Amino acid sequence: MNPALNVGSAPVATPWFFYGLAAAAVISGLLVITRRNAVHSALALIVTLLSVAGLYLMLYAPFVAGVQIIVYAGGIMVLFLFVIMLVSIERTVKERQFNRIWPIGLLASCALLALFLTAFKKGQSLFPNRVAPLPEALNTQGIAAALYGEAGKMGQYTFAFEIASLLLLVAILGAVIMTKKKI
Amino acid sequence: MVESLMSYLGSTVPPSNAGNQLWALIYILIIFAGVSVAVMAMNWIERKALAHFQIRLGPMRVGPHGLLQPIADALKLMLKEDIIPDESDKAVFWFAPIIGLLAAFTVYIVIPFGPSQAVSDMNIGILFMLGVSSLGVLGIVTAGWASNSHYPLIGALRSSAQMVSYEVAMGLAVVSAILMTSLNTGTGTLSMIGIVEAQRDQGIWFLFKFFPLGLIAFVIFAIAMVAETNRAPFDLAEAESELTAGFHTEYSGLRWSLFMLAEYAAMIAVSSIAVTLWLGGWMRPFPALLHGPAWEFIFSLFPGLTFAALAGFAFLGTIRMPSHSFFKIQRIGLGAFGLVLAFIALLLFAIAVAGRGDNANLAGRFREGIDYVYWFVLKVAVFMYLFIWYRATWPRYRFDQLMKIGWKVMLPISLGALIATAVVGVLVK
Repeated sequence: MNPALNVGSAPVATPWFFYGLAAAAVISGLLVITRRNAVHSALALIVTLLSVAGLYLMLYAPFVAGVQIIVYAGGIMVLFLFVIMLVSIERTVKERQFNRIWPIGLLASCALLALFLTAFKKGQSLFPNRVAPLPEALNTQGIAAALYGEAGKMGQYTFAFEIASLLLLVAILGAVIMTKKKI
Repeated sequence: MVESLMSYLGSTVPPSNAGNQLWALIYILIIFAGVSVAVMAMNWIERKALAHFQIRLGPMRVGPHGLLQPIADALKLMLKEDIIPDESDKAVFWFAPIIGLLAAFTVYIVIPFGPSQAVSDMNIGILFMLGVSSLGVLGIVTAGWASNSHYPLIGALRSSAQMVSYEVAMGLAVVSAILMTSLNTGTGTLSMIGIVEAQRDQGIWFLFKFFPLGLIAFVIFAIAMVAETNRAPFDLAEAESELTAGFHTEYSGLRWSLFMLAEYAAMIAVSSIAVTLWLGGWMRPFPALLHGPAWEFIFSLFPGLTFAALAGFAFLGTIRMPSHSFFKIQRIGLGAFGLVLAFIALLLFAIAVAGRGDNANLAGRFREGIDYVYWFVLKVAVFMYLFIWYRATWPRYRFDQLMKIGWKVMLPISLGALIATAVVGVLVK
C-alpha cells in the first residue's frame, strides 16, 4: 500500500453529488416506466443503474459500484437491449396498455416509501450506531476477508457466499437444460 | 499559481490520491491530447502498413509520404454534411457515438503510465476498466438500433452477442492474473498500479509466471481483446462484404469520426490492460538483472535513441526524394519534420544526461517519468502494430465459428488456466 495515501482528508464527494446522483436516478427511473418506447426505457434504466453505482461510490463501497457497472450496466442491460431491439417499436408505441395493475404498483411503492421514511426517522434506534467506512484502499480486501476469511480460518460469510454460488450454478444448469432439446 | 503548480512535483502518488485536483486536470488534458495524437498517428501507420502488406504505396499525396493525410481527413470529416436519416430515432442516433466515446476515454483515468503517472490509483482499478469498457458496446448497440435500418441492426446484434461472449473469457483471464498478485503478500490487489508493483516485487512479468499458465491467460486475453474492440479477424459487426459498414452504415461526417476515435481509443485502452497485467506495465526490461547506475543510464538513453532513429528515417527520406522540382516542398517539409524529431531526441538526451544518477532534482524526476512513460508506450505500440498485422493477415471468421471459439474453446481454456493457477499458487506457497 502507498503510505502517502491520505485517507483521512476531506472527502471530495459533497452533498451536491448525492443530490445530483439521486435526482438522476429518480428522474430516469420515472422515465423507465413512463416511456412507451421500450428501448428508451432500457436506456433510462441504464442511467438509473449508473447513478446508483455513483451512490455506492459515495457510500465508500467502490467494489460494489464496480460490480454494479460491470454486471448490470455492462452485462444484463446489453442482453435486455439485445432482445428489445427486435421488438417492432411502431406497433408497441401505438398499442394501449392492456393490464390494469398500476394501482397495485402505486400501493406497493407507497408502502416502500413509508418503510423508507420510517427507517429514516427511526434510523438512530433501528441501526447499530457504527459508522466505520473502510478506507478506500482496503475496501476490496475487506470484502475478500469477509467472504473467504483470513488465512486458515473461515470468513464471516463464507458459508452463505458458497451457498449462493451453488444456487447460481444450479440456475445456470437449469437454463442450459431447459433451452436444449436433447442433451 | 506557481506554487500550486510546483506543489505536486516530487510526489510519488498519482494526483488524485495526493488530493491535487489541478494536477489531475493537467494529467487528464495531457492524456486526452496524447491519445488523440496517437489515434491520428495510428490512422496513418495503419493505412501505410496495410498498403505495404498489399504491395501498394498507401497515402502519398498530402504531405511527404502522406504524413498530413490524417489531418486532411479530420478536416474533411468535420466539414462534411452531417446526415441524420429521416426515419431514425433522432435523440438516440445523436447520443450513440457519444456513449462510445465516453466509455473509451473514461478508462484512461486508471491506466498507469508510471507509478505516479496516472490520474488516479483506484482500489478497484482493473474492475473499473473492464466495467467501463464494457459500456462501449452500448454505443454500438444503440447506434445500430437508432439508425432504423437492416444492416446496422444486424451489425449491432452481432456485436452485442460477440462482446458478451468474449467478455467472459476475458474476465477469467484477468482473474488469473489478479490471483498471481496475491502470491507473496497473501492479499492480492485490483489496483492497476498495485498489479505492476506486484510484478516488480515478485521479480517476473506475469506473462512468464508459472510458465505456460501466465502465457495461456495472456493469449486468451490477447484474442478476446481483438474481439472486444471489433477488429479483424473478429470484425463481424462491420463486415463490409455482408453488412456495408455494419452499425455505422447510416453515420457520416463528424459522428462517424467519433466512432472511429472511440474504436482506436478503446484499442489503446485494452492494450494498456494487457501491458499492465502481463507485461510489467511501466517497467523497463530486466530491472532486477541489469541494475546499477550504468545500466540505468543506458536504458534512459532509449527514448532519445528512438526519436533519433525516427529523425534518421526522415532525413533518409529527404535524401531519397526524387530531385524533380515538384518534390521541393515535400523535401523541405520532411526535412523540417526530421529536424523537429532530432530536436526532441536532443532534448531527451539532455534530460537523460542531466538527470542521471539520482532522482531527487527536477531533471532526475523528469528523466524517471519519461522512462516510465516511454516503456509503457513502447509496449502498447507493439500491440497496436499487432492489431494492424492481424487485420492484414487473417480472413474474417464466420459468425458461428466466432461463437464456437468464444464459448467452446476460449472459455474452458481460461477456466482451466484459472484453476491451475490457483492450485499452483497454493502449492508453491
